[in-house]
Amino acid sequence: MAVATSPSDVLIRFDRVERYVHWINATLFGACIATGAALYVGPLSAIVGRRELVRTIHVYSGLALPIPILIGLFLSAGFRADVRRFNRFSDADRKWLRRKVRRSSGSYGLGKFNPGQKLNASFVAGAIIVMAMTGSIMHWFEPFSDSWRTGATFVHDWLAFAIVIVVIGHLRFAFGDPDALSAMRRGTISRKWAQDKAPVWHDELVEPPPPPPPPPPLLVKRLPDRQPSDHKRTEPPER
Amino acid sequence: MTERAVGRRVFLGMLGLGAAGVLTGARIQNAMSKVLGQLTAHDPTGLSTYIPAAGRFRIYSVTNSLPHRSDAEYQLTVGGMVERPMQLSFADLKALPATHLVKDFQCVTGWRVAGVKWTGVLLSDVLDHVGVKPGGKALLFKSFDGQYTESLTMTQARRPDVIVAYAMDGDTVSQMHGGPVRMYIAPMYGYKSTKWLASIEVVNDVIPGYWEVRGYDVDAWIGHSNGRSDQPV
Repeated sequence: MAVATSPSDVLIRFDRVERYVHWINATLFGACIATGAALYVGPLSAIVGRRELVRTIHVYSGLALPIPILIGLFLSAGFRADVRRFNRFSDADRKWLRRKVRRSSGSYGLGKFNPGQKLNASFVAGAIIVMAMTGSIMHWFEPFSDSWRTGATFVHDWLAFAIVIVVIGHLRFAFGDPDALSAMRRGTISRKWAQDKAPVWHDELVEPPPPPPPPPPLLVKRLPDRQPSDHKRTEPPER
Repeated sequence: MTERAVGRRVFLGMLGLGAAGVLTGARIQNAMSKVLGQLTAHDPTGLSTYIPAAGRFRIYSVTNSLPHRSDAEYQLTVGGMVERPMQLSFADLKALPATHLVKDFQCVTGWRVAGVKWTGVLLSDVLDHVGVKPGGKALLFKSFDGQYTESLTMTQARRPDVIVAYAMDGDTVSQMHGGPVRMYIAPMYGYKSTKWLASIEVVNDVIPGYWEVRGYDVDAWIGHSNGRSDQPV
């Protein structure tokens, strides 16, 4: 593997804000999963105890999850652009998802994120909201009927299982691709990685995509504007 | 090349499923409990009991570790406004007339374990044994975890389905379930049934317990308190 030796061999993948958002949320997710396990798994509850404290940590780490994301969206244009990327699935993405044989992802012409990463991001965003809502019903239960409380617990328990599975998958892929993992730590990634795994993104960086159609040339646009106004200006009768 | 807003659909789809789950989850859970009850009864690994709705006990403790006391060193202190304050050993309790109950255990958080076999001494018998002084209107229970407390009125304590339990499902009460001796107050939510029972004190008024000062109802009748409508036990 080529070692990046000059600055031009290295591309910026995540800005500082995005990395902070990622690691703060990773810590909060870790806290939610650890305390959630201590609340749910009998033998663990028995070892950990301190139910009130564990519950408080669990509830507030969960409710805090959207905060870094919202602050990040406010601060970082790069993050906002990446969120738009998570949303959009290209033809290449759909082909990659339907592939039977694992080929190098570059051969599909993927962008900055592969479809798995996009689905993961959307899933995590949805999960944060659903867990916060159902968890709130469980914690501040008084206004809710039994049926809602049981329903909220049902959703919270099952989605928690799904989240743990998705997080394990996320960690496996991250540790399976040290370059990508280091990009989330340092922000940069080698040009070779980008060419190989995210060629469309690489090309965007090297040669920015054609900007939205530029405004028509000055003369053409302004002339019709100016004429009437010039006309008007001369029109008022002056005495 | 066409692009589709898949991410947004996944996100909104999850919110929709989440809301649908809250509305219908109780019914799905009931149906599942019936199926899972069969499964967990025949599962030697016990792992299937971790499936949500499997109708198992969840172990709640408010302190940093499960307190331990062996049967041999166990002492139940009964005191306060009584004629004969005393310390009852595990053997002393077993020597008193035994009461057997087969009743559900219902937690205020929603889970319920059906048909648990309880054995112990009627709290009423214990109270007669020590003799309640006039003016003794309520009871204060303390756990040897050093934190947990609970309460009952004298009328509630005299019910025939309120016992000082020393056996559960044909075995001694395990440490996890609050052994060697715990309360079992059948008609009330689980938090009323003090685990790791250390002492019972007769007092002149109800002193709200650990979870009660944290917002749960003092009179915790199953189905008629804490805003719940579970099937009474």
